[in-house]
Amino acid sequence: MMKKLSHLDWLESEAIHIMREVAGQCANPVLLFSGGKDSLCLLRIAEKAFRPGRFPFPLMHIDTGHNYPEVIKFRDKKTKELGERLIVASLEESMEKGTIVLKAPDEPRNKYQSITLLEAIEENEFDCCIGGARRDEEKARAKERIMSFRDEFGQWDPKNQRPELWNLYNAKVHKGENIRAFPISNWTEMDVWQYIERENLELPSIYFAHQRDVVKRNGAIVPITDVTPPSPDEKIENMIVRFRTVGDITCTAPVASNADSVEKIIMETASTVITERGETRLDDQVSEASMEQRKKEGYF
Amino acid sequence: MNDTNKNNTVLRFMTCGSVDDGKSTLIGRLLFDTKTILTDTLSQIEKTSKKRGMSALDLSLITDGLQAEREQGITIDVAYRYFSTGSRKYIIADAPGHEQYTRNMVTAASTAQLAIILVDARKGMLTQTRRHSYLTKLVGIKHIIVAINKMDLVKYSESKYKAICEEYNSFASAIKLSQPGVNIDFVPMSALNGDMIVDRGNSINWYKGPTLLEILENIDTTEKSNKSKLRFPVQYVCRPRDSANEKLHDFRAFMGRIESGLLKVNDKIKVLPSNHQSSVKEIRIGEKIISEATFEQSVTVSLHDEIDISRGDMLIHTEDILEASKSFTANVCWLSEIALTPNRTYLIMHTTRTSKAKISSINNKININSLEIEQASELKTNDIANISFKLAQPLIIDKYAQNRSTGAFIIVDESTFHTVGAGMIEAID
Repeated sequence: MMKKLSHLDWLESEAIHIMREVAGQCANPVLLFSGGKDSLCLLRIAEKAFRPGRFPFPLMHIDTGHNYPEVIKFRDKKTKELGERLIVASLEESMEKGTIVLKAPDEPRNKYQSITLLEAIEENEFDCCIGGARRDEEKARAKERIMSFRDEFGQWDPKNQRPELWNLYNAKVHKGENIRAFPISNWTEMDVWQYIERENLELPSIYFAHQRDVVKRNGAIVPITDVTPPSPDEKIENMIVRFRTVGDITCTAPVASNADSVEKIIMETASTVITERGETRLDDQVSEASMEQRKKEGYF
Repeated sequence: MNDTNKNNTVLRFMTCGSVDDGKSTLIGRLLFDTKTILTDTLSQIEKTSKKRGMSALDLSLITDGLQAEREQGITIDVAYRYFSTGSRKYIIADAPGHEQYTRNMVTAASTAQLAIILVDARKGMLTQTRRHSYLTKLVGIKHIIVAINKMDLVKYSESKYKAICEEYNSFASAIKLSQPGVNIDFVPMSALNGDMIVDRGNSINWYKGPTLLEILENIDTTEKSNKSKLRFPVQYVCRPRDSANEKLHDFRAFMGRIESGLLKVNDKIKVLPSNHQSSVKEIRIGEKIISEATFEQSVTVSLHDEIDISRGDMLIHTEDILEASKSFTANVCWLSEIALTPNRTYLIMHTTRTSKAKISSINNKININSLEIEQASELKTNDIANISFKLAQPLIIDKYAQNRSTGAFIIVDESTFHTVGAGMIEAID
């Protein structure tokens, strides 16, 4: 009797296969690395796919300028450890160039990431971006392809996606067009945490329970930072919290939690009653179709 | 059941049926009763249910994806859902069942090990039931569960259930769906009330068989590919050329996924199409060295001899006989809105190899509703036809019935690069 792969081995093997297809088919791919847990899984998969060789692509961070310092420090340390090349594409540069114009200086910057990303794609002539999006994250993602086609404007047209059959991926594009490849499409949040545990992956410290000054706003916990100050009538509390996702400061909220280890986070994830994005991504709550809208505009 | 077991196996299944069969409700029920739906999603569904004037929670909204689809009230694309029990991780491919979406069914079926075919107990076998069954057979799915739904609307009638089972069985024999190696199970259920899906409920006491979830949990999914011959298409060649590290200076290895069979260290192999021979020196996953690689495992293989191997080549065992071929006949599902033009050149992507291809002949077309064979001179979206191809480059192929990986290919439009067709090889010429 032949042994069957466990679900983590199967998911890992599928992701390695997808990454190698990108390397085999695309002339100039890039891996998007935010320092977040999903992109850290991608890095481990890239190691398993390409070591002892080097990665056949550089890493790229779309920097909103509103980051938790722990995450940036971690990003740089991780890149150095791997000995791979990191490109930082910064929203602030796009603002200086005038391609991003904020409506108000303290406006959340997440939605502007698409502009900087598209500029970086054009400048570097990338034909494929590997990202850590998962189909279980959000409704509009459940129909996302593993290799998702974007036109010259970076637009995702849900009605014009290539059918994807067996494990045959079509990453062919014309100049200016782009593929977004999602090797961990079939992973759930639980799979990600189990993989982090199994592979003993190091994470930025803000994923684990720590003390932080926060205020409670519209049912969410909002951390107090330079870019998210409290309003005069809000009461600052010091709470023990952790982040379930890591993104731009203005749109990522922590949850109250005592989980200070991967094992405890897994137990918490198993018993949690709120989805990852619903709980901690302030930008998805605007409307039921908000993610679909942003993706059409070129968002990851 | 957001379980924490690290050694689940994976089962991929598809659901076939239309909105009217309660397919979305069935998937909603599976996710809801296995505690996969979380509070914020539920509260959104509650809000939408109310907005649409429904009294109870509409579980079908859970799988109701894109804005465009919600506006039209139909599903237009394959969606993937996930749930997990104590022993298995499930990936559901949710394919819309309307006639015009044959291509979505074929897409969903291509990665599925099992298909749930929904039948409305009031209506019994319909044209679409036959169509769905034919397509699961075409795409080579070995496990079929006929879910006879809406039993609540036929007063949970056992005789009604038995009549449908009987009718299905005789149809399955007629189209040769029932054959050795193919399992067909039947379950009576009410997705709306949650009977016989995850919980047994109290309404179908005459039925003593397993619930839907029990069948899913216990089905043996060990694929034939496990036991069959080695197929290792090379995806990528690793050449670190690291002059600083003496060990890596001449390191060369071949990366890919075991599409079938088993590969062990010291196995004697040959490379196709060159026919060069060597033996396996080392198998690794990243930096970890392993002694054997099994079905569906992505590995890095190095050989004892220096032979020229590149992406698109295939490693098989030396005693195995397999020739690279430049012509074959296949069953093709046309996926594009633009019709197939018989005198155009297309690209065929097969394993890790791509070749230009020409159509030698369209042999016939199947009428997916009557299952009758017809003559055809062109192919439109959702058509299924038997086509003979001539290739510019040889491909290393098996018949689809023998190997789902090396027997399958996609057709790509040379000018748009869109995926326009899907093929399953029937005969090697």
